[in-house]
Amino acid sequence: MHNSELSESFDEMTSGHSTGDYVKINIGPSHPAMHGTLRVVALTDGESIVSADPEIGYLHRGVEKLGENLNYTQFIPVTDRLNYCSAICNNVSYEMAVEKLMGIEVPEKAQLVRIIMMELARIADHEVLVGILGVDLGAFTPFFYLIIQREEIYEIFEWYNGARLTNTFGRIGGLVADLPSDFETRWQKLRDGIRNANDETDKLLTHNRIWTDRTIGVAAFSPKDALDWGFTGPCLRACGVKRDLRKDEPYSLYSRFDFDVPVGKHGDVFDRYMIRMEEMEESIKIIDQAFKMYKEMPADAPLIAKVPKTIKPPAGDVYHAIEAPNGELGFFIRSDGSDKPYRLKIRPPCYMVYQAFGEMVKGEMIADMIACLSSLNVIAGELDR
Amino acid sequence: MGEILIALIKVVFIWVWVLLCAVVMTWVERRGAAMIQDRPGPNRAGPFGLLQPLADGIKLFTKEDIVPAKAKKILFMLGPLLFSFPAFSTFAVVPFGDKFVIDGKEILLQVSNVNIGFLYIVALGSMAVYGIILGGWASNNKYSILGGLRSTAQLVSYEVPWGLALLAIALVYGTFSLRDIALAQSGTFLGVLPNWGVFKQPLGFILFMVAAYAEANRVPFDLPEAESEIVSGYHTEYGSMRLGLYLFGEYVNIVTLSSLITTFYFGAWHLPYIDMSAFLGPISYGIASFIVFFLKVAFFLWLFVWVRWTVPRFRYDQVMTLGWRELIPLGLFNIFVTALVIQLTA
Repeated sequence: MHNSELSESFDEMTSGHSTGDYVKINIGPSHPAMHGTLRVVALTDGESIVSADPEIGYLHRGVEKLGENLNYTQFIPVTDRLNYCSAICNNVSYEMAVEKLMGIEVPEKAQLVRIIMMELARIADHEVLVGILGVDLGAFTPFFYLIIQREEIYEIFEWYNGARLTNTFGRIGGLVADLPSDFETRWQKLRDGIRNANDETDKLLTHNRIWTDRTIGVAAFSPKDALDWGFTGPCLRACGVKRDLRKDEPYSLYSRFDFDVPVGKHGDVFDRYMIRMEEMEESIKIIDQAFKMYKEMPADAPLIAKVPKTIKPPAGDVYHAIEAPNGELGFFIRSDGSDKPYRLKIRPPCYMVYQAFGEMVKGEMIADMIACLSSLNVIAGELDR
Repeated sequence: MGEILIALIKVVFIWVWVLLCAVVMTWVERRGAAMIQDRPGPNRAGPFGLLQPLADGIKLFTKEDIVPAKAKKILFMLGPLLFSFPAFSTFAVVPFGDKFVIDGKEILLQVSNVNIGFLYIVALGSMAVYGIILGGWASNNKYSILGGLRSTAQLVSYEVPWGLALLAIALVYGTFSLRDIALAQSGTFLGVLPNWGVFKQPLGFILFMVAAYAEANRVPFDLPEAESEIVSGYHTEYGSMRLGLYLFGEYVNIVTLSSLITTFYFGAWHLPYIDMSAFLGPISYGIASFIVFFLKVAFFLWLFVWVRWTVPRFRYDQVMTLGWRELIPLGLFNIFVTALVIQLTA
């Protein structure tokens, strides 16, 4: 294609061509509310959206292809770059898939530490989501209260293995390092901090009339539609479908924990927000229980299973999914018996959610579209891979 | 000659003073936000970051002035000027203190005591929106035009309740002159309450406050520049000092609005229960009234900051619903009750 042709087609997509009575507005990939590099081409009638066409691929880095060219251990750091708000969940999900393929039994102590860290990552992820949702609706302050607590969580991550955002947590077969000795005091302080911040946010937002007007009934989705589109995680639970892999297909040690799965009713922005707020509290409960079990373990309990030096799973297929903060995060691996996967496929939760975005915001206003996008927590890193 | 000189001094003084207030407000806004949000805020330039506004000014002035190629150039340049001009001009009728008495000659602390102060305020208040619409239109950018249109929708929703609240004030005090209204608020009524507008017009005060926040284009009514939705709204394409004028005009605007709230509803320069003129000399009384007035203004300025960092933003249709379906009926009701009370007690 010639340059001029290119620029022409670009003009057509982006600039002032009205289509009949409607105006085409290009939102993103570089826009303050398009977190990461999302792009929506919206046909608008005044402020109402006639149709919205999400376009993806601006953050495509060929992660799955990379997986075919790296050996099993080398791929762990790449998974950090999927949902970078909760890298630990990605790491563990991938490791568990490989472990399942190889039939490795991970020591209980390592599983407990993994659960503690994963739930911390879940809290961090939800805190970012709620904060950003506030910012996108014009309430700037809760963001800071929450982000300060997320920083505290990152401090714990940093103090565990030196990394804050891209944690590269664990190994195939277990962990290298134990929880540091003063985790308990740190966690107690952090728990109070998180609860305080959530309380403040709750006071500022949940019963605020402007907030409820802006979120209740906005971009609502029915349970049937949600299931048809392949929703998982908080977005599905907000619609009223009680599905949580931690309960329904318990992996690791989750069947031992006592926690609730919050469910919404209307599947609107408000429910998605409330689900996240409630899930943070449930995660705190899980961490408390997990840490209690962890303390009962002998100090010299093993942290990593016997794993061969070169990881060469037997030929075969495996799919393993966990309940990541955004929903079902699954890894499909086909092994041909070599030290690299023959094929690696990632099932990111927000890909399915973002498909339905155009459907969800049809007939809503531009401001609602932004609120809807924030409440879905679409992370470009995981979406485009 | 003397008259003109005094008028000139007053104009220059109040202009510089409002400018200074607005400059300090940009600092207060950022430090206040930081205080509310548990963070330090700007603290590098000067003590407590006090020189930050200066640094910002230098930055804005020295930046390249960019006019988009397809923009309507003259309108594009006119926008920021039209926006910031009314904010300053409104101050001409605001009594920012009582008076000095020098050699038996009274000098009012007000640039011009016109008897149609109300009309002047309402007229100029609606002018600022032209700056926004022009800026949005001339930028030739879809986000900008959306911002401009939102501003128009907002204007028609808040101007009417704002006018209705003012009308009730005019009914109560029987005058259109701001100085006369301020003078009428001394002493007490019903024996205990200070004779302030807020006690005589509680509903009117709420209406006026809401409309003032909408007029100032601030959260929860900052839809014309809603950052997360339409990038920066009407000033998306603006840079350097043109952008500065928009941002700065907003602060001048809130200084003006706070002064109006103080004048109409909080007794202007009067202290409750204390008559300052009884025990202060003619000159010190003038200064004291000026200080009291601006202390009250400072409180409302802080309220603007406080509200901004506490509540989320309305949606554009919700502002219109609020204006047309809630504020206007309340405003009419307020006028009706006010008129009834005046008629019955007359």
